[in-house]
Amino acid sequence: MATPAAVQTAKVKAPAQTGDIVARFVVLFFAVVLLALAVLLVIELFIGSAAARHSLGWGFLTSSKWNPVSEEFGALPFIYGTVITSSVALLLSIPFGVGAAIFLSELAPAGVSNALTFVIELLAAIPSVIYGLLAIFTLVPLMRTTIEPALKAAFGFLPFFQGPALGVGYLTAGLVLAIMTIPFIISVSRESLLAVPRDQREAALALGATKWETTWQIVVPYAKLGILGSIFLGLARALGETMAVTMVIGNDPRVHASLLASGYSIAAVIANEFAEANGTIHPAALIELGLVLFGVTVVINAFARLMIIATTKKGSKRP
Amino acid sequence: MRTVSWALTGLLVVGTAPFAAAQKINACGASFPAPIYQKWFLEYGKAHQGVQINYEANGSGGGKKGVTDGTVDFGASDMPMTDKELADAAAKGRKLLHFPTVMGAVVPSYNIPGVTQDLKFSPEALAGIYLGTIKKWNDPVIAKDNAGVKLPAEDIVVVHRTDGSGTTFVWTDYLSKVSPEWKSKVGANSAVSWPVGLGGPQNAGVMGLVKQQPNSIGYVELLYASQNKVPYGMVKNSAGKFIKGSVDSVTEAAAGAAKDMPKDFRVSITNAPGANSYPISSFTWLLVPEKISDPAKAKEIKAMIRWVLTDGQKECPALDYAPLPKNVVSMEMKQIDAVQ
Repeated sequence: MATPAAVQTAKVKAPAQTGDIVARFVVLFFAVVLLALAVLLVIELFIGSAAARHSLGWGFLTSSKWNPVSEEFGALPFIYGTVITSSVALLLSIPFGVGAAIFLSELAPAGVSNALTFVIELLAAIPSVIYGLLAIFTLVPLMRTTIEPALKAAFGFLPFFQGPALGVGYLTAGLVLAIMTIPFIISVSRESLLAVPRDQREAALALGATKWETTWQIVVPYAKLGILGSIFLGLARALGETMAVTMVIGNDPRVHASLLASGYSIAAVIANEFAEANGTIHPAALIELGLVLFGVTVVINAFARLMIIATTKKGSKRP
Repeated sequence: MRTVSWALTGLLVVGTAPFAAAQKINACGASFPAPIYQKWFLEYGKAHQGVQINYEANGSGGGKKGVTDGTVDFGASDMPMTDKELADAAAKGRKLLHFPTVMGAVVPSYNIPGVTQDLKFSPEALAGIYLGTIKKWNDPVIAKDNAGVKLPAEDIVVVHRTDGSGTTFVWTDYLSKVSPEWKSKVGANSAVSWPVGLGGPQNAGVMGLVKQQPNSIGYVELLYASQNKVPYGMVKNSAGKFIKGSVDSVTEAAAGAAKDMPKDFRVSITNAPGANSYPISSFTWLLVPEKISDPAKAKEIKAMIRWVLTDGQKECPALDYAPLPKNVVSMEMKQIDAVQ
């Protein structure tokens, strides 16, 4: 009696096991390859920048000189430009992006929401160069003739809004980056908000909350992780954006306090100079800039993770 | 169905045969002579069926690097290669020869609303503007040479190149010769540490920025300014006269150098002597490896250079480039034989 049952069980088990093992290894292989690629990238950046690291040392991060003739290089203006333009971009895109996502998920009728989301996701697919061209022909003259003079008139006493209104500069680059990151924030935040269970909303409404109270105090905090994730996705794009930035930032390798002044960013200088960087130190310095950008991205992402851990309530099932 | 697919395949093979037979030669480099190079290579391709020369204007720096690394068959640069660069190339097994093709002018073009006349720039004015010591258009140093022109009290928006550029080399070479302050602070090279200004890629990028920004000044090759109808100024030469960049004034600038042309053709003609010579002139060179591995390509490149030095020269004046002096051409014809 026991033998036939035992034999039958053994026969049924085997094929399922092989398939599982194979699937497991294939998926593991993909994951390992991805991890290996990331590690290899960092190793290559490290090796490629060796010449610059040895001759420039830690002073590279604080120096403002960028002189290919005397082979003195400093990363400060580029780090400053990258951080400033990304900060301006986030400051502008978070309210607009999250606000639009809340509207599309909570307040808009389903048809309107779907149609608008389709259009917004198309915006996310537009190449960077197109945004740059649009910016040069429409945004830059607008900034130069209307917006920057208005800012100067209203806030000219602040060091952030001084200097000639050129149209190109940190502010314009930040604006273009904001336009490019908003579709990402809207798209992912809307998905997170839609994923909040109906029970939560119905419970809030049953307890007497208004629509806005429900949205702001129940739904948004529930989707907080997703919204934060979308913001950091947008930030990642803003930090690495190259063509659109180099077309409107002015390409001036110096640190300026004013947002109206022209500057430079890490991605822009690499794009402009790498093709013809001669000698050993110039290309190595540019690769070291790439390493710095990688470092900045890692630091920001680590900070984001810590913030998420800190703000998630203890005992919550979600990680 | 089978016969149809075989027929289509046969047609495809036969149809691409002429393209397969075409000799493709790749070149890249200076944007300074790009307009005439592109015209030449197009005409050469039409006249010589089966030869297709692709030229990418990514800056002199790109041209030097491309031909040194071997990613292109020949390069183009307005800055002659330094001894170190030639040694680096030779170390990679590529001994490079310089072939001057045309001469051109680098002009200070500007966009000042309300000013349609030609401005006169002294060496002190140009050096001061690019050093950042002269900040406004109505500065006395500029105004004294331009009596009668209403210069606005606006900040000067300086435009320079972002990429490795022979045009930059010509401009900074001139400024180094006329301004000791420039020479010590900045120097002459294809990429320098600019004290002030916005940057644009290639001549076209600088021209675009100047056209867009009011009260701006930028240095470009003569053709870009004249074709885009952007005003460009006269520059005071070593004889004290204000001269505008043109075929004649550039030809005169090269006249002196042509007499004493060195064997490797590496010479600078900025701030050249001569009553009517334009001070910011330059030769531009093709950088050709002495030994080209593919014999068919070598034959085509040599034939192309001969064509450029004879028939090609006739096209120069129409595009505001100055044709080479005759003795330089004969010296180059001899150098072509060295290419194998």
